[in-house]
Amino acid sequence: METRKFRRVYVWELPVRFFHWINALAVIILAITGFIIANPPAILSNKEASDFYWFGTVRFIHFATAYVFFFNMILRVYWSFVGNRFSSWRAFWPFSKKMWHNFLHVIKVDVFLANEKKPDIRDISIGHNSVAAFSYVILFLLALVQVFTGFGLYSSTASWWLPKMFSWVVPFLGGDFIVRTIHHTTTWLFILFTLIHVYLVFYHDWLEGRGEVSSMFGGYKFVCDERLKKLTEEEEMEEPVDEEAMEIIE
Amino acid sequence: MATEKSVKETYYESIIKQGYNRRDFMKFATYIAAYMGLETSMIGQVAKSLENTFRIPVIWEHYQECTCCSESFIRSDHPIVSDIILDKISLDYTLTLMAASGHQAEAAKHATMEKYKGEYILCVEGSVPLGDDGNYCCIAGRSAKDLLLEAAEGAKAIIAWGSCASNGCVQAAYPNPTQATPIHKIIKNKPIIRVPGCPPIGEVMAGIIVHLITFGRLPELDGLGRPKAFYSKRVHDSCYRRPYYDAGLFAETFDDQNAKDGYCLYKVGCRGPMTYNSCGTIKWNNGVSYPIQSGHGCIGCSEEDFWDNGPFYERLTGLAGFGIESSADTIGKVAAGVVAGGLAVHAVAANISKRKELRSRTTRGKQNEKKLDS
Repeated sequence: METRKFRRVYVWELPVRFFHWINALAVIILAITGFIIANPPAILSNKEASDFYWFGTVRFIHFATAYVFFFNMILRVYWSFVGNRFSSWRAFWPFSKKMWHNFLHVIKVDVFLANEKKPDIRDISIGHNSVAAFSYVILFLLALVQVFTGFGLYSSTASWWLPKMFSWVVPFLGGDFIVRTIHHTTTWLFILFTLIHVYLVFYHDWLEGRGEVSSMFGGYKFVCDERLKKLTEEEEMEEPVDEEAMEIIE
Repeated sequence: MATEKSVKETYYESIIKQGYNRRDFMKFATYIAAYMGLETSMIGQVAKSLENTFRIPVIWEHYQECTCCSESFIRSDHPIVSDIILDKISLDYTLTLMAASGHQAEAAKHATMEKYKGEYILCVEGSVPLGDDGNYCCIAGRSAKDLLLEAAEGAKAIIAWGSCASNGCVQAAYPNPTQATPIHKIIKNKPIIRVPGCPPIGEVMAGIIVHLITFGRLPELDGLGRPKAFYSKRVHDSCYRRPYYDAGLFAETFDDQNAKDGYCLYKVGCRGPMTYNSCGTIKWNNGVSYPIQSGHGCIGCSEEDFWDNGPFYERLTGLAGFGIESSADTIGKVAAGVVAGGLAVHAVAANISKRKELRSRTTRGKQNEKKLDS
C-alpha cells in the first residue's frame, strides 16, 4: 500500500479570482441586458413616455457594465505580466512543445475519454491545461470583438474620448446593421463557451478531485507531493498539517 | 440649360436675373446655411460666395437608377434651391432634364469636359454594372463604366447621389446579377462625396452643392465619405418617438393600441437605430413628415446592404449562410441545445470510460472516511 500525499498549492492569486468573478458577473449582466435590448418585453400601458425610463435604465446598465467588463479585462492583461506562472501570458502562449504535448493529451484523455495504461501525473496540469488556456485565448479574442463592436456602436452618441476611439469600427465593417449582428451573435458564442467551461470545471473536479471548482474561490489546488521539490526534514516539520490531503493508493 | 455665356455669371447675378429680389436671395442664404449646420455668423459668407463665385459646371450622369434622386432634388422645398441647382449650377449634362438629346447632348457633355477639365463637378446617380462587360447599362452606345471613367477623369470632385452610387442599393442586393458597383469602388483617385439614401433628402443634396460653391471645397466627411452635417446622427437619435424607446414603450404590431398611440416602432423592425441620416430633423416634402412620423418604421435606405438586411418588419434578421428565416437567436438556441446535449453525453461517457479510476477513488474515499479518528 502506497500513500500519495497532496499539498495545497496557491494557484489563483487574488486579482485573478477577482477578475474571474467580476468578469463572470459582467458577462451575465451584459448578456441579459443585451437580450432585453435586442428584444424588449411587451408592455401594454396607457401611460405616457414621461412616466417611464426603464428601457433607458437597461441600456445604462448595459453600457456601465461594458466599462466594468473592459477595464477588468485590461487589469487582467496587466496581471498577466506581473502575476504568477499560472496567470502569466506565457501560460496562454500556445507555441511550445510542452503545450502541444499537453494539448494532445487533453484532447485524447479528457475529450475523447481514452484511458492511459500508465498515467503520468505530469500530464495533469496545475494551472490551466493547454486546451483550456487555448479556449481562454479564444474567449479573449471574442471579448475584444465585443469591446470593439460594442464601443463602436456606442461611439456616435458618446462624448468621451475612450468610446470615441472606436468610432472607426462601424464604417470599417460597413454599417450599424452588420456590427449589431456581430455583437449579437458573439454573445451566443459567450454562452456556448460558458456551458462548456462550467461543465469541464465540474468534470475535472469530479475525476481528478483536486479542488478544481473551489480553487477559483480560495485560490488553492491540491497537487501531488511528488511534483514538489523535496523538503528538508526541518521544513517538513514546519509544514502545517492542514495544508495536506492524503490519499492511499493501493 | 446653361450656355457658355451663362457659365460666366455669378450665382447671385443669375438668381437676380431669374426674377428674385435681394431679400429672397438673403432668405435663401440663411435657409441653406441653417441646413448646412453653419452658425448664423456664416450667412454673410454664404451670401458673399454666391455673389462672387462663378458657377461651377456640373455633369450629372445617370446609370443604374430610378431617378428618385433627381425627383427628390427638384422637390427641395425652397424655390431658389431648385432654381440654383437646375438652372444656375449650369447643369451641362443630365439625361433626364436637359433640353438637348442624342448627339447634341453628348456633344455638350464633351464640350464641358474639355473646356472645364479639372474644374467641373461630376454628379453620379446610379450604380455601375460591371458584369458581362458592363452591357447591362449602356448610354449612347457605351457602357456605364466606360462613361464613368471618362467623365471622372477631368472632374474636380465626384458626388455619388443616392444609395445606388454610394453603396449599390437594390440592384446590388444579393445575388447582384449585374454586379452593380458603387462609384467609390471604381474611382479611387478623386474626392468622392457619398450621399446615400433612397433617395437622399432634397435639402441635403442642395446643402452639399451650396457647400461646394460657398467654400470651394468638400464638406467635412465621415469615415464612409458622407457629409458629417447630415449623416453624423442616427435617425433614432433625432426621432420624435425616442422618448417612447427610452421608456420601453413599443408598438408590438402595426395595428395595436401602442402603434395608434405613436409608440416606438423598434420592435416592428424600425431601422432608425442603425441608420445615419437627417430624416428626423430635416424631414421630407417641405418638412411635412418622414416615414416614422407616418407610422412606418425606417427601412434604413441610406445604409449599406439595407435590402439584404431584411425583412424590414423584424428586429433580428437572418444570418447569411444559415437560411433566410434563421436569426442569430434561433441558431444560438439550437447551438446551445446541441452543446448541452453533447456535454450530457460526454458526462455519461466519462463516467463509463473512467469507471475504474472513479471506483478506486470512491473506494479510497470511503476507506479514509472509516479511518477518521476524530
